[in-house]
Amino acid sequence: MAEETPQVDASKLQISDEVVIRIVAMNKWYGAFHVLKDINLEVNRGERIVVCGPSGSGKSTMIRCINRLEEHQQGQIYVDEIELTNNLKNIDAIRREVGMVFQHFNLFPHLTVLDNCTLAPIWVKKTPKKEAEETAMLYLERVKIPEQAHKYPGQLSGGQQQRVAIARSLCMNPKIMLFDEPTSALDPEMIKEVLDTMIQLAEEGMTMICVTHEMGFAKTVANRVIFMDAGQIVEQNTPHEFFDNPQHSRTKLFLSQILAH
Amino acid sequence: MAEQKKGGYGVVNETILPDMEPPASTIGAVGWLRENLFSSVGNTILTVIGVLLLAWTVPPILNWTLFDAVWSGGSDACRANPDAACWTFAGSWWEFFIYGFYDKSEVWRIDLTLWALYVGVAFVVVDDNLRAKRPYSTILGFVIAVASMIFVSAMIQHNAPTMWIMFGGLITVGLCVWAWNLPNGRSRVGLTLLFAYPVFVYFMLGGGVLGLKPVPTSDWGGFSLTLVIAITGIVASLPIGILLALGRRSEMPALRLVSTLFIEFWRGVPLITVLFMANFMLPLFAPAGANIDQLLRALIGVALFASAYMAEVVRGGLQAIPKGQYEGAQSLGLSYWKMMGLIVMPQALKIVIPGIVNTFIGLFKDTTLVLIIGLLDFLSSVQTATTNPEWSIRSVPYTGYVFVAFVFWLHCYGMAWYSRALENKLHTGHKRN
Repeated sequence: MAEETPQVDASKLQISDEVVIRIVAMNKWYGAFHVLKDINLEVNRGERIVVCGPSGSGKSTMIRCINRLEEHQQGQIYVDEIELTNNLKNIDAIRREVGMVFQHFNLFPHLTVLDNCTLAPIWVKKTPKKEAEETAMLYLERVKIPEQAHKYPGQLSGGQQQRVAIARSLCMNPKIMLFDEPTSALDPEMIKEVLDTMIQLAEEGMTMICVTHEMGFAKTVANRVIFMDAGQIVEQNTPHEFFDNPQHSRTKLFLSQILAH
Repeated sequence: MAEQKKGGYGVVNETILPDMEPPASTIGAVGWLRENLFSSVGNTILTVIGVLLLAWTVPPILNWTLFDAVWSGGSDACRANPDAACWTFAGSWWEFFIYGFYDKSEVWRIDLTLWALYVGVAFVVVDDNLRAKRPYSTILGFVIAVASMIFVSAMIQHNAPTMWIMFGGLITVGLCVWAWNLPNGRSRVGLTLLFAYPVFVYFMLGGGVLGLKPVPTSDWGGFSLTLVIAITGIVASLPIGILLALGRRSEMPALRLVSTLFIEFWRGVPLITVLFMANFMLPLFAPAGANIDQLLRALIGVALFASAYMAEVVRGGLQAIPKGQYEGAQSLGLSYWKMMGLIVMPQALKIVIPGIVNTFIGLFKDTTLVLIIGLLDFLSSVQTATTNPEWSIRSVPYTGYVFVAFVFWLHCYGMAWYSRALENKLHTGHKRN
């Protein structure tokens, strides 16, 4: 855990009334295994939600359902009022709205950093190459690695790769960003640079759902913390209430374990 | 040397030790010999045996192939010296080895297709990156100039119409201009040319268009026929193989089943059987009056056979691509075909370049099997020449086979060399995640 508490300009964190993600009574099974149970969640524009819980609790699976990397079997998911069904058009539309950052970065190793960033704008959004490159450089500057643009992902450190991955998602100009344990594969020294980038995004008003164990990040950046266990949302609350006054016994146990050392 | 301050258990090294030369016995020629040839008693014994074996085998081989060999004169010279290679045999028959029974007055058409082939290959091999370097661009220019001179003189010797010689020159110049000046979309043009080439060869050799006299495929032969079969197989097997591999990994059960059945069928039967079936059985099933060209039947057989192998090679590469690559591509909104074409395939194919080239080399050599259905390929044309009474000399068949082996080796080694160069070029260095 990075114990250093990140600095955030709270005045910049604005939440609107507009609902951008609505999950209604969602259930999912892997074969006979009931991995997500009756998930109900509404996310407003500008919210920063941290999802935590023990491993195998279904937190990654839940956010991966939001952009259809995993298919849910019951219930509804709406992103920006588009329902996620088997309709490929809807899936494409939603994936264009939703960016995702993975634990293992999932950069394309055969393409340069710049090409990683311009690929989707050029091929999915049909942006002219030059324009896509300018946008990409803009975002690479924002994540503070413009000088690496012509290198290959394999030549960068883990933290740099993850920042490229964030920039790559941003190049599609998403309305929502999903983070699936973005710092779990990083050395402690590199966690901070990635968290700083995420904080900056939050300050810019990005709607974020973040599966993470960075409790410092949860305390300062999140407006809501969701605790999952055994495929269910067990507890959700403001970070302040969640950490200082957990209700559920399972939450208490979890917090005592991760905050103990 | 280093000064150390001691205080209790703590040790602090305040000076940095200077680099020293490694011991003399571990570097240079002496070090190499020690390490590689005489590192132990067993190794020393093996080295001595190895040297003796070389001394025993190499001189006779060199004598037979080079020093005692007959390099000039006619068949009489070889008859006088039957215990060494008879290279004049290859010298007197080389036109037959290349062109087979192709219409004598039309063989310049083969010259033209070969010219385009070798110039095109030179451009592919010396790619953009290499071309940017002085020696490579000079070598490339030199090679193209020499190849053009050889093929132009061959075409003149074979009484080619001036128009077609100029056409060949136009192709060469066009390739040069294109390769040096067109910055974008080059690989797409290159790919188009790759698929256009077999079509060009088909019309050029077959004739019947543009005032070219038709030459029946039954007259095609020699090394040019070998190239026709190999190139058709190579150009067809890669795309078909990719589609089959994708089909076999598809989530659609019917598609998966069809692809698997196809692959396992063609992979499970010997190529000779395929050729026999294509040659003798297919006409029995074909509707009366339908006359599918014999060569075309063999080509289809070879292409499908090679595709099945290629599919499995490509599938191996696909399996090496981590799921994260698919998810990264999907999360960005890429469709299936874009994900496959832009993200997955480039990485998968890069991984299996050795396997792909292995299949190409195997295919290239397997083309010799077409002699079993009476096609006069390179090997078969050499064999045919050895049966000529004038050349019924003990050394001639040996010379013929050595010659065939050498020509095949040259082309296969070329492919192997290029595959290694390509791997290095595409190596972006670095562990995938």
